[in-house]
Amino acid sequence: MTGKIIELEDVWVHYDGMPILEGINLSLNQNDFLGIIGPNGGGKTTLLKVILGLVKPSRGKVLVLGHIPGESRKLLGYVPQYSLFDHDFPISVWEVVLMGRSGQAGLFRRYSKEDKEKALQALEMVEMLDYKERQIGKLSGGEQQRVFIARALTTEPMLLLLDEPTASIDTPMQAGFYELLERLKQRMAIILVSHDIGAVSVCVDKIACLNHRLFYHNSREISAEDIEAAYQCPVELIAHGVPHRVLKEHPRDRSL
Amino acid sequence: MIDALQYEFVRNALIAGLLASIACGVIGVYVVVNRIVFISGGIAHASFGGIGLGYFLGINPILGAVLFSLASALGIGVLSKRTKLAEDIAIGVLWAIGMALGIIFIGLTPGYAPDLFSYLFGDILLVSHSDIIMMLILDVVIVSAVSLLYKEFLALSFDEEFGTVVGIPAERLYYLLLCLIALSVVVLIKVVGVILVIALLTIPAATSRQFTHNLKKMMLLSVLFGVICAVGGLWLSYELDLASGATIVLVSGVLFLVSLAFSRLRRRRRQGV
Repeated sequence: MTGKIIELEDVWVHYDGMPILEGINLSLNQNDFLGIIGPNGGGKTTLLKVILGLVKPSRGKVLVLGHIPGESRKLLGYVPQYSLFDHDFPISVWEVVLMGRSGQAGLFRRYSKEDKEKALQALEMVEMLDYKERQIGKLSGGEQQRVFIARALTTEPMLLLLDEPTASIDTPMQAGFYELLERLKQRMAIILVSHDIGAVSVCVDKIACLNHRLFYHNSREISAEDIEAAYQCPVELIAHGVPHRVLKEHPRDRSL
Repeated sequence: MIDALQYEFVRNALIAGLLASIACGVIGVYVVVNRIVFISGGIAHASFGGIGLGYFLGINPILGAVLFSLASALGIGVLSKRTKLAEDIAIGVLWAIGMALGIIFIGLTPGYAPDLFSYLFGDILLVSHSDIIMMLILDVVIVSAVSLLYKEFLALSFDEEFGTVVGIPAERLYYLLLCLIALSVVVLIKVVGVILVIALLTIPAATSRQFTHNLKKMMLLSVLFGVICAVGGLWLSYELDLASGATIVLVSGVLFLVSLAFSRLRRRRRQGV
């Protein structure tokens, strides 16, 4: 093992003959926090699924924690896109979070004491312990997002994958969400994927641009040229400078 | 009705109603929360091919129904998961092929097909002792599979992809769930018939959905509603001399509409306060 969390070398993915990912090279060290931005349909979710082993690349090499993807899945935490589940589903917060342990618990078995403890710790970590018995659909978007993060944390992952995590969170809740990510990045590597440049630039250490091809310089810097190449049109860098005068200190004027 | 209990066929009918309620209560909840009502409808109708085959081969038509409903469950599952065929097309094709095969087999069978109507529309008063034993065995299979795999089926129903990520064999379990639906269909055929099976797999679970946000409670409530509908429908059909299967379905339909009105009223009152 090289000590790298992930290593991708010249990875290509095709759907119906159309390339979705083209020659992706990417590596991530322990406790790196990488933000990936790019337009919708640019392959961001596909890239996460390659790392999770849910999508097989048509070419290239992928190593996740030194193993082929899929084998190391239990050491990954995954927070899927918010919109992809039935919000009316009859399930409580507690059941959702425990679900993160269902692989560890094993087929045919009930959740063990350890599973329940880990689920409690995860809920505590995202400050949602008081909502344990609530039905998931009764929570706000931001609260649901925290529950899904808790579910991903129950396996104590070495890498956390977040797919468009800010899409469901209204602006006043976002500051709290970034604080949570700040705490989490002490413990694990994180990849956060978003089409929202502002969301990504707030707390990441490194940033990349993805639109079929990946523009990445292993740093926090991203040039206007990269963004233009990824979006294929000039983009106004309104996010520039924003990261350090973040929302939480912003006085909320309610001039209704 | 009480004096009717001295007849064995009435006692059998009540036992059959209870056994059917268990299958439709437990599996119906998965049908409703997974939104696979029409997959279940497809499986139910396709099983008619097996009933025809049973007549043709001179074996118990229910055995044919087991075969065909399992095959169509796996067929719909594999076609919709493994190919790019849209799920509703897979359902439509197998639904129609199953029915057509049933009609052809029955046509090829010499003589008159006795009880054919009871397979199409159900006749709970015709349930035999051996039918009850078979229903009991299928109920045991269904309930033990669900209690052993409860957390997996919950994960699969709520978020299949996440289930795969944490190491649940989601695709195989989905096929198993479809097979359990197929077995429930067989349990229900004698009670309401191939054509109305979909009602009992949907309505009791949809009714209980109005009252709880917990899957286990939903199952228990569905079983209870199933029993109320089966016994109530049987009694009404006895008193009014109506077809038992259709009466059971109509009773459950009325119960559903009442529960819907009740829960809307409750919600409005809560918002009003």
